[in-house]
Amino acid sequence: MMPKYGAEGSYIEADPVQVTAETDLDKLPEEHPWLENKRLVVKPDQLFGKRGKSGLVLLDASFKEAGKFISQKMGKQAKVGKVSGILTNFIIEEFIPHKIEYYAAIKMDADGDHVLFSTKGGMNIEEVWDSIREAVIVPLGKQELDPEPLIKEIPTEERKVVGPFLKGMYQYFAKHDLTLLELNPFTIVDGKVRALDMRTMLDDTAAFQNAGVWEGVEFPSPFGREPTKEEAFIKSLDEKTGASLKLTILNPEGRVWTMVAGGGASVVYADTIVDKGFSKELANYGEYSGDPSTEETYLYARTLLSLMTKEKHKSGKDKILIIGGGIANFTDVANTFTGIIQALKEYNDKMKQVGVRIYVRRGGPNYKAGLEKMRTLGKELGLNIKVFGPEAHMTHIIPMALEEDEKGVK
Amino acid sequence: MEPYILFSNTSRAIVFNMQTRAVQRMLDFDILCGREIPSVAAIVNPGNPGTHQAHWGKGELLIPIYSTIGEATQAHPDIDVMVNFASFRSAYPSTKEAILNDRIRVVAVIAEGVPERRARELAHLAKSKGKVIIGPATVGGIGAGTFKIGNTAGTLENIKEQRLYRRGSVGLVTKSGGLLNEMFNIVSHNTDGVFEGIAIGGDKFPGSSLLDHLLRYEANPKVKMLVALGELGGDEEYKVVEAMNKGLLTKPLVFWVMGTCSKVFPTEVQFGHAGAKAGSDKETADAKNAALKKAGAIIPSSFDALGDEIARTFLKLKDEGKIVPVKEPETLPNIPMDYADALKKGVIRKPTSFMTTISDDRGEEVNYAGYPISELIHNGKGIGDVISLLWFGRPFPKWAADFMEMVLMIVADHGPAVSGAHNAIIAARAGKDVISSLASGMLTIGPRFGGAIDDCAKFMNDARTRGLDPRGFVEEMKVKNILIPGIGHRVKSLENPDGRVTLLIEYARKNFPKTDTLDFAIGVQALTTQKKSNLILNVDGTIGVMMVDMLRSVGYYTDDEIKRIINDGYLNSFFVIGRSIGLIGHILDQKRNNQRLYRHPWEDILYMVDRKE
Repeated sequence: MMPKYGAEGSYIEADPVQVTAETDLDKLPEEHPWLENKRLVVKPDQLFGKRGKSGLVLLDASFKEAGKFISQKMGKQAKVGKVSGILTNFIIEEFIPHKIEYYAAIKMDADGDHVLFSTKGGMNIEEVWDSIREAVIVPLGKQELDPEPLIKEIPTEERKVVGPFLKGMYQYFAKHDLTLLELNPFTIVDGKVRALDMRTMLDDTAAFQNAGVWEGVEFPSPFGREPTKEEAFIKSLDEKTGASLKLTILNPEGRVWTMVAGGGASVVYADTIVDKGFSKELANYGEYSGDPSTEETYLYARTLLSLMTKEKHKSGKDKILIIGGGIANFTDVANTFTGIIQALKEYNDKMKQVGVRIYVRRGGPNYKAGLEKMRTLGKELGLNIKVFGPEAHMTHIIPMALEEDEKGVK
Repeated sequence: MEPYILFSNTSRAIVFNMQTRAVQRMLDFDILCGREIPSVAAIVNPGNPGTHQAHWGKGELLIPIYSTIGEATQAHPDIDVMVNFASFRSAYPSTKEAILNDRIRVVAVIAEGVPERRARELAHLAKSKGKVIIGPATVGGIGAGTFKIGNTAGTLENIKEQRLYRRGSVGLVTKSGGLLNEMFNIVSHNTDGVFEGIAIGGDKFPGSSLLDHLLRYEANPKVKMLVALGELGGDEEYKVVEAMNKGLLTKPLVFWVMGTCSKVFPTEVQFGHAGAKAGSDKETADAKNAALKKAGAIIPSSFDALGDEIARTFLKLKDEGKIVPVKEPETLPNIPMDYADALKKGVIRKPTSFMTTISDDRGEEVNYAGYPISELIHNGKGIGDVISLLWFGRPFPKWAADFMEMVLMIVADHGPAVSGAHNAIIAARAGKDVISSLASGMLTIGPRFGGAIDDCAKFMNDARTRGLDPRGFVEEMKVKNILIPGIGHRVKSLENPDGRVTLLIEYARKNFPKTDTLDFAIGVQALTTQKKSNLILNVDGTIGVMMVDMLRSVGYYTDDEIKRIINDGYLNSFFVIGRSIGLIGHILDQKRNNQRLYRHPWEDILYMVDRKE
C-alpha cells in the first residue's frame, strides 16, 4: 500500500507467511519456495509485544528449525508481562542480516499526530528514549510531514531513502485512519526501507471510510485467557444483535454475580464491589444494554444463572445476585425484566439448592410495574428478593447485600 | 451572552435529522419550564424540506423543515444551537458545517462511532472558532429550567422527579451519557438540584472536555459547587488536576472516576466506552482518583458514597450562607399524556371510528374472515371461496363457491359493442391508463346496462315470498306496466335455447338443495313464451334467481336477510367483478394494438342545430 503515498521506490513489502494450528508445515514450501532457500525469522503474531524479551523470537533459522520452533510453541501457554495466554498464530519472514536498526512511529493524540524517529531502534528502544526525535502535526494544519528535522543526524544517502519513506508513511497513516503505526526496527537494504517488525492499530469506527483499503482486515481478540464456553456464547449473541451483551467471568467460584443494565452502570457496580473489599468474591463482569429483546435477555440471564448455580459455595454462604441498573432514559423497565424473570423461574429450584439472595435496583420508564413484577416473583417462588427503585442510591444494594452477609442473614 | 453560558431560555435549536420524538421531548420540557418560545426553531432534513406538526402543551405548532443548515439559520436568525442526530457517517460534515456557521455556538453530536480522526478535527475546529461541541456519543445535556438537548433526562416523569424544570446550584459533568440520568438523581436527592448537566461522551477525543465544562461552571456565579464523573483511560482528569493546582478551579468539586474494578481483571477489558481503556497505570481510575484528591477534589471512598459526599459538600455551602434558596414554582404546567402512551398504559379509551368483520392484517399474515391466505391456498380454495369470506364473512359450501365462479366466468365479457366495453375502449384509445379506462366502462353499469341480475332477483324473490304464483306475478307486472326483468332474448328462444342457461339450470338441479325461485322463474317463462317464443328466461335472469336460491340453500339467511342482501347490491357486485375482467381485456387489447384516438364520424351524427346568422 505504502508506495502509493509518495514513498515510491523506497520501501520493500515483506511477504510473511502466517502459520496457525491448522497450517500443514510440510506443505508450506510448495506455496512459498523461498522458505527453503533463505534464512528465516519466526515469531508469534498476536496482540502482544516484547516478544524478543520474552524469548519468543527465533532468528537466522533454517525452515526445519523454524518448523521445530513453531511445533514446540503452538498451542502452548506463554506469559508476557502480567498476561498469560495461548500461542495460536506465528509468522515466518526472511531473515535480513543488517547493521542499521532505526525506529519510526506515529501515534494519534488529542493535540495532533506525533511522528517519532530514532537511530537506535530495536528491543531496547525504551531505554534509549532520549534519542527520539519528534514532530507533531496538528489537526487543523496541513496533514503533511516534513521529515528533514527528524533525520538530520543520519548520512545523506540514507536521508534520501528514509525522508520520502517517512513522508509517505505519514500520508498513509493520516488518510486511512490508523491510530498507531510503529516500525521497530527498520533497516535499509539495497537503498530501500525494510521493516523488520511492525505493529499498527486501526480506528474500527472508520471502517466505512476505508472500504477497499482495509479489505479483509480482522480485529483479533486481545491476548490472554481463552473465552469460556459461556463467554463465547454471549459473544456470539452480542454479534448477532444491535443490542450490547457482554460477559467476562472473573472467578467462577466467586459468590457475587452481577447482571447490570448499561455500560456505565455495570462498571460502577463492579467498582463498588471491589471498593468494598469484595474483589475476590466478584464472579463476573457483564452488562446488557441497547434494548435487547426478551429472548436475548432471557438467554443472557440463563447463561449467568447456569454458571452461578453450578454448585454451592464452599463456605456454605448464600450466593448474591445483583440485578442492577441506573435510571433508564426510554427503555421500558417492565419489558426488560420479562426475560430475566423467565430465566429466574426456570432456575428457581437450582437457586434454592445452592442458596441465592437477589438484590434488584432500577429506574426509568414503567419502573414501578417492573419492580412490582420482581416482588411478586419473589413471593411466588419463595425467593429472597429485595427490590429498590430510584429512591435508593444506585449501588445501595451492594453494601446492603454485603452487610446482610456479615450478619449471616440467610 | 456570557461565554460561560451555553443555554438560556431563549436559546433556539436546529434538530438535524428527523427525530420527531426527541423534538417533542424538547418541546414538552419547554412547557414544563414555562418557556415562551419553543426551543426547537427548525428541523434540518437534507433533501426533504416541509413542515413537522408537533404538540406545544395543549396546542400544536408547525416546525419548518429545511434542507440545509444555512437555510434554517437564515430563516431563523435566533438559532444558536444544533442538536445533531446525524449518523456516524454523516455526523462529521454536518457538525463541521454547523461550527462554520456564524450563528451556531453549540453543537451536540449524538452519534456513536464517529471516526476518531474526524472527531479530533471537529474538536480543534470548534476551539479555534470559540464554539462548543458536546459529544460525540452522548445523550447531550440539560440546562435546568432553560434548554434540553434531545433525549436527555428521559421521561417527563423523571424530569419532574429530578426537578430539572428549574435551576439549582450544582454544575454537573459526566463522561457517560448513560449515567447522566442517574447523576441527576443523585444530585437532586442531595442538593437543591442541578444548574446544568452535560455528558461529554465516552469517545477518545470528545469535542469538549470535563475541564472545559468545569471551567464554565467555575466562572458562572450561579453555580456554587461542581460534580464530575470521569472514567479510566485518557488524561481528561489530569487536565482537571492541573487546573486545580493552578488555582483555576476554586469551587468545591466532588469527583469520582469510575473503573476502579479494572485492577481485578485478568486481561484488558474494553468497557462500554471507546475511551475507557487504561493504556498505562496513570490512566487507571485509582491513579486518577488519587491525583484528584491530592489536588483538592472531594473524592468519595466509592461510588456508593458519592451521594453522601455531595450532600455534605452542599450542606457546608448552605451553612456558609452561599446558597441562594431556590424559588419553587407553585404549580407545574400540566402536559397531557401522549395518546399512544395513554392507550398503552390502559388509562384511556375511546370508541373506534372504523370497524371491520372481514379481514385482519395485524398478525403475521393477513387473514380473510379468520382464515390465513396461505391456508386457503394450501387447502385448494378458489376465488369463489374468497368471495364468500370477504363478501359474506363466512365460508360457503363448495357447490356455492363453484357456482359463484361459474357466474364470474359467464358475465366476464359480452363483446366490444356493449356500453361498458365501448366506453372502456374509447377511453383507452384516448390514451388513458388502465384504471381510468376501466372506471369509464364501469360507470355505465346501472339500471339499463348490467342491472338485470339484480332486478330479476328482486322481483321474483319478492313475488315468491309474497306467495304469488307465476300467473299472478305476470298479471301484476302487466297491470303495473313493467317489463319483467330477466325475461326475453334478442335471438334465443325455447326452440333455440341459450347454452349458458341450460348449463346453469342443470347445475342447480344437480347441486342446489333448494330451487324454488328458479322453478318460479321457469313458471313465468312458460307463460311469457306463450305470447312470444323469445320471451325466455335469459342468462341474467337465471343468475339472479339462482343467486336467491343459493342464499336460501346455504342455510344462514332468513327471507328478510336475503332481501337486504339483494338491496345492498351484492348481486350486481358479481356483474361488476366479472365484467371488469372483460373490460380490462378490451383496454389492454386496444393498447397492445396501438389503437389511435377515436373520433366519431360526422355522417353518423344527426346534426339538428340551426345556424344563427
